[in-house]
Amino acid sequence: MSNLQDTAIRSATISVLVENESGVLARVIGLFSGRGYNIDSLTVAPVETDRARSRINVVTSGTPMVIEQIKAQLDRLVPVHRVADLTQDGPHIAREMALIKVVAQAGHARTEALRLADAFRARVVDATTESFVFEMTGQTDKLDAFVDLMRPLGLAEVSRTGVAAIARGTRVI
Amino acid sequence: MTQTDTLSPSDIAQTQSGAEILLRALKEQEVEVIFGYPGGAVLPIYDAIFQQNAIRHILVRHEQAAVHAAEGYARSTGKVGVVLVTSGPGATNAVTGLVDALMDSIPVVCLTGQVPTHLIGNDAFQEADTTGITRPATKHNYLVKKSADLARVVHEAFYVARSGRPGPVVIDLPKDILINPAPYTAKPAAAHRSYRPQTAPDGAQIAKAISLLKNAKRPVIYSGGGVINSGPQASDALVRFAKLTGIPVTSTLMGLGAYPSNDSQFLGMLGMHGTYEANLVMHGSDVMLNMGARFDDRVTGRLNAFAPNSRKIHVDIDPSSINKNVAVEVPVIADAGLALEAMIEAWHADPATQNTAALAEWWAQIEAWRAVNCLKFRQTTEKGGIIKPQHAIQRLYELTREHEAKTGKPTFISTEVGQHQMWAAQYFRFDKPNRWMTSGGLGTMGYGLPAAMGVQIAHPDALCIDIAGEASILMNIQEMATLAQYRLPVKVFILNNQYMGMVRQWQELLHGSRYSESYSEALPDFVRLADAFHGVGMRATSIDELDDVIRAMLAEPRAVIADICVDQTENCFPMIPSGAAHNEMILGPEHGTGLNKGNAAGLTDEGLVLV
Ligand SMILES: Cc1ncc(C[n+]2csc(CCOP(=O)(O)OP(=O)(O)O)c2C)c(N)n1
Ligand SMILES: [Mg+2]
Repeated sequence: MSNLQDTAIRSATISVLVENESGVLARVIGLFSGRGYNIDSLTVAPVETDRARSRINVVTSGTPMVIEQIKAQLDRLVPVHRVADLTQDGPHIAREMALIKVVAQAGHARTEALRLADAFRARVVDATTESFVFEMTGQTDKLDAFVDLMRPLGLAEVSRTGVAAIARGTRVI
Repeated sequence: MTQTDTLSPSDIAQTQSGAEILLRALKEQEVEVIFGYPGGAVLPIYDAIFQQNAIRHILVRHEQAAVHAAEGYARSTGKVGVVLVTSGPGATNAVTGLVDALMDSIPVVCLTGQVPTHLIGNDAFQEADTTGITRPATKHNYLVKKSADLARVVHEAFYVARSGRPGPVVIDLPKDILINPAPYTAKPAAAHRSYRPQTAPDGAQIAKAISLLKNAKRPVIYSGGGVINSGPQASDALVRFAKLTGIPVTSTLMGLGAYPSNDSQFLGMLGMHGTYEANLVMHGSDVMLNMGARFDDRVTGRLNAFAPNSRKIHVDIDPSSINKNVAVEVPVIADAGLALEAMIEAWHADPATQNTAALAEWWAQIEAWRAVNCLKFRQTTEKGGIIKPQHAIQRLYELTREHEAKTGKPTFISTEVGQHQMWAAQYFRFDKPNRWMTSGGLGTMGYGLPAAMGVQIAHPDALCIDIAGEASILMNIQEMATLAQYRLPVKVFILNNQYMGMVRQWQELLHGSRYSESYSEALPDFVRLADAFHGVGMRATSIDELDDVIRAMLAEPRAVIADICVDQTENCFPMIPSGAAHNEMILGPEHGTGLNKGNAAGLTDEGLVLV
């Protein structure tokens, strides 16, 4: 219980298994905005073959008491099947994908961008004489770092998916 | 989707229209009454209602009142209240009632009309995004887009409204769904796919709670609306548990009646206008048992000073209520009634002996606090003397008790919002659950009259009184016409202080007595107003008239508005100003303190920000 009194802000990656019905995403988003919780990232897609249920991954932040409150509030929504706090429950993998457009004609910028992309294992998925589009998958901070490096080299546009996350090992939601 | 989306011709031959299917599902859900108001989008439902007799429709005069009436019906019976309104303005008018039911955890199913499915999103006539608007106003809502879903959704809505922590549920019904044939599906036997609230307590948590309580030196039970919602057997269990343990009991505004208020273990209501003894017991407690309450800010006062030395047990059916405002040591997720039964058993099973010596000392302290007599007021008995509002409520209580003893008819009290509401909570004493309906969470002026109407529909022979303020009553006064139509003998007991008294009190305390817009200018003549609505008007302007008016009101078989002209300057005490702690309470003028400007103990700028 003592950790509930903790005032330090922590980040939490929460996965929510929901009934795939209309309005369910609005309910989750409305809950966050209505109660003043943060959304750092949010992804949603059907995850079962019959598309009956979707998985929402939310990255949020708050004090331990707020995070507990967010989970309880999510859990009491009628179409919510299960809520898992991946950050708290044990080791997990969290990944997102980004498409990053760099517009550069100068030879130096182009070679530098390619060299860094190689180091970061970003793939070139589109190239013209004036631009590249890189595709990159990884943890949020890795993507952030790469985007920052591209900035002086002609970063023009970024499109990111937000985080998808899953527990390591045999544990399931 | 388990059903087929398209119906074969043979299916259609056997099926009824959506509206008929809707009524069939309502009947299976044992609905007896619908509070509603018609309009274009719901005409098929009204047509189906016309052609049957099993379900009664009560025509209100405003959709907000329909929801409050359904709330009154629900709170006084424990059943789900049902509302029917048309699309667009019908639905938006209902929103205040829905939020009210959400805040106070009242089970309501509200059927709203909607434009036909092919017009949704086209800004059609009387179209509103009802599910969008009511999403944060309901526990859950549905838009029925397929005829095959209709019956299932109705059954599910009732299940959701009444299960776990109850609340309002909206079913938005496009007109084509009501007209087109639809298949019927019976109430499902299987559990809901995703919503299965836990009601049985965890044994280990109960044992922990009992161990804390047995060793407590200064324990308190803080009981709330969850005990009422759990049903009368929970109130009964609360009494048994309190008697078994000798622990003092205080109640929230929502919980009044769960514990008999004339019992010596009852401390009265706690919180902003709670009793001195209740708040000091909370503040000084070493173990607190929160039974079905939610640590609302009206109850806790300043959070960092709330019961600072207590170890807290919190029983709640809604896990999100636990550790929301106040971190607790022993959370118990359960229905209050089941938890209380388990606690009674665990108390007997726990071999430890109770610290009765400490408890006796605690009671001695409590009696000393009680002796302060915080609700004391001075009523002149001189002929022509002005009526104190507290005295008016006290006499109303005493005379209704006599009336109840004489006639055997139970008394139900509803209120509007303001000082009169707090005086009703303080001076009217409740012995039974489900007899007290007040808008606690939302504080909705205009709640009381339609709520009393709903109660009277559920209990035709009972005495139903709305304790009102002259400002609040005007917010749903049109329901006097509904009373007339259905010959509902509701009594409206107005404490007329010609002010929005609660607003005036705050202005006196916090805004230098600048009474900005809180005077009730140009009031109607309530006696003639009653007359115009086919009721009976009465008035008491001085103390010698009060009892006669109350007696006449109780004897009158028709609806009554009793205009009780009371002291305009009276304030509601005790009071914990916003942002203050329980032990920084202000007592009334009888205690030599009163609401002298700047006297608000513990009042900070921070407190001023709070409402
Ligand atoms: C719909 C609504 N609007 C405004 C308020 C704010 N408010 C709370 S009490 C009150 C005054 C009520 O006056 P009255 O009904 O005369 O009761 P009194 O306090 O005088 O007993 C007001 C305006 C409210 N609670 N509800
Ligand atoms: Mg008034």
